[in-house]
Amino acid sequence: MLSPIILVPAILNGLLTGAVYALVALGLTLIYGVLHIINFAHGALLTAAMFGAFFAHRLLGLDPYVAALLLTPAFFVLGYALQRFIIGPASGGEDRNILLVTLGLAVVIENALLYAFRADTRTINLPYAFDVVDLGIAFLAVPRVIAFGAVIVVALVLWLIMQWTDTGKAIRAVAKEKVGAELCGIDVAHVYAVTFGLGTACLAIAACLLIPTYYVNPHAGNAFVLIAFTIVVLGGMGSVTGALIGGLFIGVVESLSGLYLGESLGQIGIFLIFILVLLFRPSGLFGART
Amino acid sequence: MAEPLLSISGLHAGYGGTEVLRGVDLAVGPGEIVAVLGSNGAGKSTLNRAISGLVRPWRGSIRFGAAAIERESPVAIVMRGLIHVPEGRRIFPNMTVRENLDLGGYRARTRRDDNRTRVFALFPKLAERQGQNAGTLSGGEQQMLAIGRGLMAEPKLLILDEPSLGLSPLLVEELFALIRSINAAGMAILLVEQNVVQSLEVAQRAYVLENGVFVLEGSAADIRNDPNLKRAYLGL
Ligand SMILES: Nc1ncnc2c1ncn2[C@@H]1O[C@H](COP(=O)(O)OP(=O)(O)OP(=O)(O)O)[C@@H](O)[C@H]1O
Ligand SMILES: [Mg+2]
Repeated sequence: MLSPIILVPAILNGLLTGAVYALVALGLTLIYGVLHIINFAHGALLTAAMFGAFFAHRLLGLDPYVAALLLTPAFFVLGYALQRFIIGPASGGEDRNILLVTLGLAVVIENALLYAFRADTRTINLPYAFDVVDLGIAFLAVPRVIAFGAVIVVALVLWLIMQWTDTGKAIRAVAKEKVGAELCGIDVAHVYAVTFGLGTACLAIAACLLIPTYYVNPHAGNAFVLIAFTIVVLGGMGSVTGALIGGLFIGVVESLSGLYLGESLGQIGIFLIFILVLLFRPSGLFGART
Repeated sequence: MAEPLLSISGLHAGYGGTEVLRGVDLAVGPGEIVAVLGSNGAGKSTLNRAISGLVRPWRGSIRFGAAAIERESPVAIVMRGLIHVPEGRRIFPNMTVRENLDLGGYRARTRRDDNRTRVFALFPKLAERQGQNAGTLSGGEQQMLAIGRGLMAEPKLLILDEPSLGLSPLLVEELFALIRSINAAGMAILLVEQNVVQSLEVAQRAYVLENGVFVLEGSAADIRNDPNLKRAYLGL
């Protein structure tokens, strides 16, 4: 057994990491909940957003947190356009085809990034990257604390949108009852695209929160999306609350298994949980979508 | 009949390679209640889906007022005031009664509060339960909600697809009284039903659909007395 002096910081850090996982998972689960497809391009889009944040800093000198204000709407528009003009039309409404189209999109984006930027790994240097908050019992890296706070705010804003705006209500309506929604005059293609845009916007925010302490290369996003997929299954496909709690939980699991099994084996705990959930609770801990 | 509100001619439609509607002509005049009767699988719901844009017609024309709508999207058709309350209700089970109604008024948002007040006056039960999740309503209440949601869109023509399905005899009485009263306010109604007797009581005219074609049509009184009705309707 490890003493609280080691355990508490590990748990807190796990929660901070988990928040960003949760954000990536949030985008994935939102798209799943409404379009009923797994977006295989999620990882590649996250990578693209990380490159966006990287070059916003490198070329324009923008702090990643400032870049988020530009990249988030830009990625919303990108996601909207991808669904509206490529994924939707190319799949002709067949779920099976949508899967393939997003898979194809992932290949195209990754290879374009690889072609443009090679396989090099890039990082940015920020003056505050190594600043810490001293909680007495633990030191927490400032960028990760900011990330945690930002994710809470994003989740809250998203919840407010879904709960109270006409667009949010239309999204929830389409998620559960597409024909009923169409007969109310809701434009389903538009709602699909807005949802895809929101999911993609989540990635832009995640990228800007990650880049201060992480690196980017043409495959950087994939590691996160694999974890995010675990979270989505754990939290219940399509469940927004499930994605948030699942994300935090997985962050802690990773951190603790890193502590017990060694840093490099931290992710084993995650995939162990993944398998256990699939075996014993395939509908996820939070069951049906909210 | 005056200039028809809805007029369909030579309509063919189906799914994949299977033709369901095989040349259908139908008209609904302003302020009229028109019944479409027919046994299971005759193609009644397909006809409704073709009118509201959910199913693309293969051939034929559908006019609503002066506009040709056979190629329009469901959204455009809703915005014209042609509202379809579908078979099986298709309400939003995960949302409250009030949210369901508000979504019904998605394209008439500026007058939504007034419309909601009117719907609540028509269905006091819905007003009582406005905060309840629609999925937990009784079958009868769900049907009222489906109709209420349709009314929120300010229909000029309301299509009701088997609204009496699954309702107790008492509720069926209420439903037909309601259909009469919304029609009395001037709204045209296309009523698709299996409940022949009551439908022919409220409707001015009726059509009987069999295997994708109309085998009988005329005034409700004539149809009621037609010896072929039983044969057509029961498929005997
Ligand atoms: N989505 C679909 N795909 C393929 N065939 C369909 C589809 N919907 C309906 N059909 C077929 O079209 C025919 C007519 O169906 P439709 O639902 O229009 O009948 P209906 O007259 O409304 O019957 P009911 O009284 O049972 O509701 C049926 O043979 C049905 O199997
Ligand atoms: Mg039917």
